[in-house]
Amino acid sequence: MTTTASAGKADSGKVYASAAEALAGLLRDGMSIMCGGFGMCGVPEKLIDALRDSGVKGLTVVSNNAGVDDFGLGKLLLTHQIRKMISSYVGENREFERQYLSGEIEIEFNPQGTLAERIRAGGAGIYGFYTRTGAGTRVAEGKETRLVDGDTYVLETGLVTDLALVRAWKGDTEGNLIYRKTARNFNPMMATAGRVTVAEVEQLVEVGSLEPDRIHTPGIFVQRIVEGHAYSRRIEQRTVRKRGPNAVVA
Amino acid sequence: MPWSREQLAERAARELRDGYYVNLGIGIPTLVANYIPAGMKVVLQSENGMLGMGPFPYEGEEDADLINAGKQTITELPSSSYFSSADSFGMIRGGHINLSVLGAMEVSENGDLANWMVPGKMVKGMGGAMDLVAGVRNVIVVMEHVVARDGMPKFKPQCELPLTGAGVVDMLITDLAVFRRHARKGPFELIELAPGVTEAQVLERTSARYRSALG
Repeated sequence: MTTTASAGKADSGKVYASAAEALAGLLRDGMSIMCGGFGMCGVPEKLIDALRDSGVKGLTVVSNNAGVDDFGLGKLLLTHQIRKMISSYVGENREFERQYLSGEIEIEFNPQGTLAERIRAGGAGIYGFYTRTGAGTRVAEGKETRLVDGDTYVLETGLVTDLALVRAWKGDTEGNLIYRKTARNFNPMMATAGRVTVAEVEQLVEVGSLEPDRIHTPGIFVQRIVEGHAYSRRIEQRTVRKRGPNAVVA
Repeated sequence: MPWSREQLAERAARELRDGYYVNLGIGIPTLVANYIPAGMKVVLQSENGMLGMGPFPYEGEEDADLINAGKQTITELPSSSYFSSADSFGMIRGGHINLSVLGAMEVSENGDLANWMVPGKMVKGMGGAMDLVAGVRNVIVVMEHVVARDGMPKFKPQCELPLTGAGVVDMLITDLAVFRRHARKGPFELIELAPGVTEAQVLERTSARYRSALG
C-alpha cells in the first residue's frame, strides 16, 4: 500500500498540460504507433493533431480505420507521415485510396477480431494464438495452421508498438481511465500494448474522483495523460428516426 | 416477382428465433431489424462493442459516442451493455452469437463466401466479416441472385474472388430463391422460390450445383 501526505493531490508525474508536451521526447521517424477509435468514435484526435504538428514520419500505424479526409488519421495521410497501416477497414477516405493505388502507402489488412485479439495478446504477454478466423483465405497465407477436431486454425501473433495513443472519457491523475459507450472499442487493449501509452481524456479528474470499481483501464498501463478541449463530436453517418408510433430502425 | 430489398430482409427475418443474439451486416442485412416479429425478443450485437442495439435516435438526440458498426448513430436500451472490441469478437468467435446475416459478392456451392475484395480495385478491408463467418454457427447470406451489370450468376461452383471464409454459409437468400445446407455438409438445397419465380428460372441463373427440395 502506498500513502501520500495529501490525499487526492498525489503527483504521479503522468499529467501533461498539452498534447504536444505529452508526446515530447517519445517520437522518432519510422516508429510504430497504435491509435484507438472506431470510425470517428473514441479517436485520440488531439494527440493525432500533435503527431501531425511534430512532423514525425515513416510511421507504421495500427488502427481499426484510417480516419476520413479531414479527421483523425486522415490528417496524417494528407501530410504523408504514415508509411504503413495495419487495419481492418479503410473505406471512406479518398486520400488513403489515392495513396494506396499509387503505392505510396502500404496496408496490412487484419480481420477486425484478429486485430483486437493481437493487440490484447501483445499487451498481455501472449506470443500468439490460433484462430479459425481467416482459415482458407488470403489472411492465412504464409502463416502456420493447425487442424483441431476437423477445423483449421491460423496462428496469429501478438502486437506491441513503440507508442499507443488512446482516448477516454474520464481519467484521473494516476492514469485510471473510463470510456463512454461505443467510444471504448479498441482503446482498452491498445492502452496495454504500447511500450509507452499516452491517454487523452475529455475530463481529467483528481485521484479519488473515480470509483475504483468502475475503472476500465487501470493506471499501470498509462504513462502519460492529457486533457483535451473543444471536441467537435463529429458523426460519420447521422441516422435518425421520425417521431411516431410506426417508426422503424432503419 | 423477385423479392425487393425489403422483402429479402423480411424473408431473412423469418429465420430469427426468440432469444437469439444476432449480428447484422451492413446493407440489406441491417434492414432485417425492421422485421423482427412482434413479441419476439432478439438482441442485436454491434461488433464495435455493444449488445442490445436500440433504434436510430430522434433528431437532436444523436450521441457521437454511440454508433453501430456501420458508423450510424443509434440508441441504447435498458438491457444494453458496452464492451471492448476484444470482448466483442470474443463473443463472436466464441460461438455466443446465434446468427449472423451478411451480404456477399459470391457464394460457392460448397458454402465459400467472398464479400471483401475485388483484385485490382480499391480494397476497403474485411472489417469483422471474417471473424463473423468463422465464429457464428448460423450464417445467412442475403444477396442479389445475379450481378446487376451483366446478369452473371453469383451462386457458382467456386468463388473467383478472394474468400472471406471457406465453407461457412448455412443459408443463402437471394431475390429469387432460398437455399439451405445442413451442418455445412453436402450440397445446398433449394427450399423456396420468390412468388412467381420458377425453378427453371433459378436454374438458368445459377451456375452452382444444388439439389431441389421442392415438390
